[in-house]
Amino acid sequence: MRFAAVESTDPEFIIDVEGVTKRFGDRTVVNQISMQVRRGEIYGFLGPNGSGKTTFIRMLCGLLTPDAGQGRVLNYNILTESAEIKKHVGYMTQRFSYYEDLSIAENLDFVARMYGVPNRREAVDKSLERLGLTERRRQLAGQLSGGWKQRLALAACLIHEPKLLLLDEPTAGVDPKARRDFWEEIHSLAARGLTVLITTHYMDEAERCHRLAYIAYGSLLTHGAVADVVRAAGLTTWAVTGDNLYPLAEKLRGLPGIDEVVAFGNTLHISGRNAAQLQASITPFMGGAYRWEPIASGLEDVFISLMETAKDNFA
Amino acid sequence: MKRHPFSPRRFWAMVVKEFIQMRRDRVTFGMMIGIPLLQLILFGFAINSDPKHLPTAVLSADQGIFSRSLLFALKNSDYFRFVSEVNSEAEAQKLLDGGEVQFVVNIPENFSRKLMRGERPTVLLEADATDPVATGNAISAITTLISSAMDRDLKGNLQRLKATPGPVDLRLHRKYNPEGITRFNIVPGLMGVVLTMTMVMITALAVTRERERGTMENLLATPARPFEVMLGKIVPYILVGYIQITLILLAAKLLFQVPIVGNPVLLYAVALVFITANLSVGITFSTLGQNQLQAVQMAFFFFLPSLLLSGFMFPFRGMPDWAQAIGSVLPLTHFLRIVRGILLKGNGLIDILPHLWPLAAFMAVALTIGVKRYRQTLD
Repeated sequence: MRFAAVESTDPEFIIDVEGVTKRFGDRTVVNQISMQVRRGEIYGFLGPNGSGKTTFIRMLCGLLTPDAGQGRVLNYNILTESAEIKKHVGYMTQRFSYYEDLSIAENLDFVARMYGVPNRREAVDKSLERLGLTERRRQLAGQLSGGWKQRLALAACLIHEPKLLLLDEPTAGVDPKARRDFWEEIHSLAARGLTVLITTHYMDEAERCHRLAYIAYGSLLTHGAVADVVRAAGLTTWAVTGDNLYPLAEKLRGLPGIDEVVAFGNTLHISGRNAAQLQASITPFMGGAYRWEPIASGLEDVFISLMETAKDNFA
Repeated sequence: MKRHPFSPRRFWAMVVKEFIQMRRDRVTFGMMIGIPLLQLILFGFAINSDPKHLPTAVLSADQGIFSRSLLFALKNSDYFRFVSEVNSEAEAQKLLDGGEVQFVVNIPENFSRKLMRGERPTVLLEADATDPVATGNAISAITTLISSAMDRDLKGNLQRLKATPGPVDLRLHRKYNPEGITRFNIVPGLMGVVLTMTMVMITALAVTRERERGTMENLLATPARPFEVMLGKIVPYILVGYIQITLILLAAKLLFQVPIVGNPVLLYAVALVFITANLSVGITFSTLGQNQLQAVQMAFFFFLPSLLLSGFMFPFRGMPDWAQAIGSVLPLTHFLRIVRGILLKGNGLIDILPHLWPLAAFMAVALTIGVKRYRQTLD
């Protein structure tokens, strides 16, 4: 039995791919991406819109064939065994992709049949219960609000008890409370051994991942645990507090050593990779009504800086 | 309240936007140009409600001068095209049943001799009258044709025979639809038309709808194989097709009093091939179209020639060769012959085989393309 064999080998890496590349025409959408994700890990996959995240995920679950590269997902070859991969992967698409003219229970039932879930009825009931959808089982999916649709989608991609969850921007357009509940659920699933690859644009969500990778223009720019990623970026950041910061920001932008100036309400974050140059550039502005202090760089500072650098490299 | 006058600028913005969208949707634009063009060509060139050169078999037991000039006159009239000479009534019957000939001209023994004796010999014209329109003009022309042909040969003392009631007793035998009732032909034909329209339309939306609503990606992420998806989308509509057939058969019998001569079970069995063929066409369109509108337009693009070139609206044999060639590819053409054959002529399986295999071939091709196209939808 193939299933048993996979269980017993217990590969350390649930996702282990190398040099994965996808081109559409002469545009390289995913360029030589390698990635290793361990069992039970929540792996954040970040990057600007159009950076190739969705394409990469589609290649992992066999929806697209890579033009180059190789590797294994759940110990199945991504090039030749996509049918096996599909059986054990739960894929939640960016856009709600269940049937709006079917009820919640009917959608779950359809998915359960598609995956040949044993004891289907029971599985559907259990899934409804776990996600708190039992009361709404007869409601049409099309009538649900964003948050409930997302819960349904999660329930649907969990119904066949996958070993790997691929979540493509699952929390886009979902309110903070629902987002928090969602992440609770993800963590509890991961604790039970499920591996999760999740794309997001929210920094607070990125920080909830065990490890993460950042991709821009199809290339992987950095990866590792949050702290490692921040440290590796080697970014120095200063915060300026005060009133009427806009003219100051205008003056600072473009000075040597200053990579980015970002406004956060009454605070400006100024960061750069060359600490000495940055220091030299901001010294003339210190004093006066503004309060300056060095702060730890955040993930967002790191990512924006990475993207700027990448733009220079790929433009 | 503030006045809110008509703004030419806003109106123009709307016009410009519509044109940009029209330009983006090439298929829709193509159809807007293509459909009128298609209609123009079909109605203008292909359709002819005065069909000529109708295939005719001759069963002649007389070699005399009068029978020869009679046949010559028929041939010259352009209405009749002699395709075979048969030696027995049974043979003639088979040709008519199979729809291979439209008419059989039956000239009895001693025709010429009897004619000269003034005995008014009988000429029997058997017509396949399932479609009264197809035979109507030929039949009305034949009486004049015969008397003018005979006139030429009736010289000297034979001239007296020209007087009424004429030298020949022409007997017309309208087979399958003796009273020439148009609805006997139309109602069974409608079965094919209704099935074509609904089956192609419904499934044309099947895959594009999944794509438009984004459910396609999910479907592809499941372990489902393309053939499973296709078949799963086709089978429910086969059932719908059978409901339609049953309704039309009941209406034909009870409402329109169409005689049902053949075996309805055979019809149900054959209909499976026809329905599946149409559903496969729909599925193929559905994988070609980018959105539901395009898919529906393609379905219409298929439906139009089916309606006009199949022999449903206008006699098939009245069309020029190129139109008949196109018509022969369309499933509706063959299904019409089968339905009319079974219901009106009492055709059995052997009789309809020549029309069944093109239908099956069409189905196989359409289904293959559909499944092949579905495979490529994401990559």
